Amino acid sequence: MKKTTLAALVLCAVALLAAPHFLKNYGIYLLTYWLVYIVATMGLNLTVGYAGQKSLGHAAFFGIGAYTVAILMKAGISFWLGLPAAMLICFMVGIILGFPALRVQTIYLAFATLGFNTAVWLVMRNEEWLTGGTFGINNIARPSLFGLSLEGNLAYYHFVLAVTVLLAAFLWWLLRSPWGKAFTALRDNAIRAESLGVDTRSYTLLAFAIGAVYAGVAGALFASLVQFIEPAPFTVGASIMMYLMVVVGGPGYFLGPVLGAAVGVILPEWLRFAQAWYLFVFGSAVVLLMIWLPDGLLSIPERIRARRLAREASAARQAAAQAASQGAKA
Amino acid sequence: MSQTSLLKVSGLKKAYGAIQAVGGVSFEVRPGEIFGVIGPNGSGKTTLFNSMLGQITPDEGRIELNGEDVTRLGPLQLNRKGVGRTFQTLQVFGKMTVRDNLIVAAQEHQGNMFSRLFSPGDSGLGQKADALIDQFRIRHVADKKAGELSYGQQKLVDIAMAFMSEPDLVLLDEPCAGVNPSLVGGIGTLLKDLNHNPRFGKRSSFVVIEHNMDFVMSLCHRIMVMVEGKVMAIGTPDEIRGNKQVLDAYLGN
Repeated sequence: MKKTTLAALVLCAVALLAAPHFLKNYGIYLLTYWLVYIVATMGLNLTVGYAGQKSLGHAAFFGIGAYTVAILMKAGISFWLGLPAAMLICFMVGIILGFPALRVQTIYLAFATLGFNTAVWLVMRNEEWLTGGTFGINNIARPSLFGLSLEGNLAYYHFVLAVTVLLAAFLWWLLRSPWGKAFTALRDNAIRAESLGVDTRSYTLLAFAIGAVYAGVAGALFASLVQFIEPAPFTVGASIMMYLMVVVGGPGYFLGPVLGAAVGVILPEWLRFAQAWYLFVFGSAVVLLMIWLPDGLLSIPERIRARRLAREASAARQAAAQAASQGAKA
Repeated sequence: MSQTSLLKVSGLKKAYGAIQAVGGVSFEVRPGEIFGVIGPNGSGKTTLFNSMLGQITPDEGRIELNGEDVTRLGPLQLNRKGVGRTFQTLQVFGKMTVRDNLIVAAQEHQGNMFSRLFSPGDSGLGQKADALIDQFRIRHVADKKAGELSYGQQKLVDIAMAFMSEPDLVLLDEPCAGVNPSLVGGIGTLLKDLNHNPRFGKRSSFVVIEHNMDFVMSLCHRIMVMVEGKVMAIGTPDEIRGNKQVLDAYLGN
């Protein structure tokens, strides 16, 4: 990760701190919503973008996080115990979901994770005694921190922003450690990685588990943000949307999820004027993006650089050829 | 006996259905030796290689490394025990820089999973990587992504990676395949240097599969000729060149 990424990060943080001053209540709510999806897709970016494990079950972890916190809070347990519980459960379920990835890859893994998502969603919908079924769980309170109430949208926004920055910092650190290299090696060539002593088994499971923890935290924040949860945001469709956010932003780019989640959360708001045409416009934009930028929005600078290098190289070749032919004449 | 041999393969057999790919192969590789394996296509070289690398499990026979039975170990455990390899086709980590390719090639040999999480990004292997980068003359591309290099350069990275963890034994699967003739000589020189490398404090042994006869004859100390899953001859390059049976079956006139 380069200095430009770091500069962009600092810029992001400043902008995010300043943003609420220019926004109404709903705007702040929407911004928080965006941050929640950044956290979730940061985790998916680790699983998919860095470690190369094609998972279409991420929304299930998002849901497990949300329901864990909601159910525990309904039972009178503090958010601050619910959050680590959600993380722990997601970590363990993430490890379990990692096991199919040891046997199957690519589209087959995607289908296996998709099946997992469906199963989790069915539990959310059908086990009314636990999850409230389609009625969901309402009146989920927002927590307070050191006696400071996070009830208001602005206070909660600042809390979610702090969590996002913390988790981004952790991911940054993780990716710079030898683990980060091992994840990338696993993605680029698992067989070669194994022949070099990389324990591909453990790293695959960890890629799922750590990604799942991020989704779990995001789910917990989500439950407290919307204060009412039901199974709809945790369907396979939601998983596909999260995958799309990663791909649109740029899988394997640190800031990819920031852009990707904006496209998934903020863009629909901006496209409201299109009304019935919204999905058509959104869908077409995604198709065009995939054709011209298969590596996501953040691959643009790299592509410009590659094009410039190619131009320079061909100019140099031409000059060399010209010089050679002139030399031959003389 | 097993003390004097680094690798000892005895009575190795592997069949695919009715086809006996490897039918009872035995040989030893001594410490510091460069051991060539030649033979026509379908003679069982690759099956033998894959068995030695833990990619497949042989039906019968035994493989010993430093006197220890490693017959049923997988590629990961074999690597941790000091067996490195290169592949016939290019196998580098395309989106990582050349330097990171080399670092990741040895980082898992240090500490444990947990300690690696708290190690510096280059696992303290930067110097070693730089030494190999210089030795392989790929300094000018060290910070480029491996996937952006030419075929020959990637081949060099691929070979360098196998040596990062200072293995006792390196299995080279057609190191010259697809490489232009001028680079073939370069690879031969590199391998000879690495075989003598004082930096390792020991001589590492190689097993080389290769179709380029000049390369094999000039590089290897001993050569094994395989035909139809069996060993036809084992000997020095001169002995192999003079073996009538081998000439008839494989080398021709």
